[in-house]
Amino acid sequence: MTQVVVVGAGLGGLRAAESLRGQGFDVTVIGEEPYLPYNRPPLSKESLKGGVEVEGLYFRRKHDDIDWRIGAAVTGCSLASRVVEVDDAAYTFDGLVIASGIRPRHLPVPGPQPPVLRTVDDALRLRGKLTPGASLLVIGAGFIGCEVAATARQLGCEVTVTAYDAQPMLRPLGEQLGAAMREHHEAHGVTFHLGQGVSEFHEDGVTLADGTRLTAHVVIEAVGSVPNVEWLHGNDLDLSDGVLTNNLMQAVGTDVPVVAVGDIARFPNPRFDDVPRRIEHWNLPTETGKRAGLTLGALLRREEPEGDFRPMPAFWSDQYDYGLQSYGEPGLGEATLVDGEWSGDCIVEYVRDGEVVGVVGVNRTKDLMGYRKSIGHEA
Amino acid sequence: MKITVDMDKCQHYGQCTFEAPTVFALNDDGKLEYQGEVDDALADQVESAADVCPMQAIEVTA
Repeated sequence: MTQVVVVGAGLGGLRAAESLRGQGFDVTVIGEEPYLPYNRPPLSKESLKGGVEVEGLYFRRKHDDIDWRIGAAVTGCSLASRVVEVDDAAYTFDGLVIASGIRPRHLPVPGPQPPVLRTVDDALRLRGKLTPGASLLVIGAGFIGCEVAATARQLGCEVTVTAYDAQPMLRPLGEQLGAAMREHHEAHGVTFHLGQGVSEFHEDGVTLADGTRLTAHVVIEAVGSVPNVEWLHGNDLDLSDGVLTNNLMQAVGTDVPVVAVGDIARFPNPRFDDVPRRIEHWNLPTETGKRAGLTLGALLRREEPEGDFRPMPAFWSDQYDYGLQSYGEPGLGEATLVDGEWSGDCIVEYVRDGEVVGVVGVNRTKDLMGYRKSIGHEA
Repeated sequence: MKITVDMDKCQHYGQCTFEAPTVFALNDDGKLEYQGEVDDALADQVESAADVCPMQAIEVTA
């Protein structure tokens, strides 16, 4: 039998594994966390409010004959020998799926590193501390930082957010919508210290670059991510930012059948242009996982992978009673308000060189669907 | 095949409507409506709809 090894038991690994098992290959999935694939978005919201039951977050699994090796950390890989090394074992493969994802980035400043929020175990630790009256300092004002801030306010915590950028969620949303979201947070009682880097961590907070000392009972760091590529070094892959692949998710730089999926894959999407990018939106692991499964299946059958792959990135974020929803790559364009008001429910288009590359709606889910068709270019 | 959506989980994001437009739709109030039983010929569409649900609220049974 032809053996596929999937490194990474997140959503992308699951979708690729399902595709390849469905094509008749033997599939082994190796995951570092001691859990089957689970849904992460609730970790910054529902899981902090209610209970954290990992079983309730598990994705449904369509095949019962995939070999799950969870709680196992991959330490190395030789593509030439077609072997993946795990602590005290080795797995040989005919085809490899790279699905090892990302981990939270830490700021390179002195002092004790604050906790992060990425895994169900992280959420468990944080949940116990977010009690009414406790103070929380969030370092970073991206989606995870802002969602945790909103959840903590709803739990009765005092919340302060600090970030280097001048507005929360600045890169994906732009200046105006970022500012509007900051005002929504402020109206709910969040205090912001923006436009300042962190110069030092303390057990009870941080010192900012301008000398401001912020303290809190609970500190959390949410300043972006780092791709988990270390186990792939020495194989002539382009690991400069994740794993470089072609448009059909096949890894560049090797003749061995290797694909990459999800947050770690840096691939060109002809819907926008020919620039390879990593995209951390929730729907991409499913899109790239299914596509990579087809590509690897073809390679293992010694066929040429075919098709046109131009996935539509999409994300969602719920903060208080504001539901943000996006299609495309808003971060690539300039924001233009097309409906509603910046300060309320609205629809914003993001335009680059006369072409709409993304759209974001605030509490406009149904109306937003009509804008999806005009984003980027179809074949 | 039978379809059940956990309406406590569903946030009416409407992603399922792109995958299986004859099965799932948002009504004028933006709330999800769906058919509880559909022909097996739609199995691929329905499975895809369940896959892309951000809240993982869609359950499919044979």
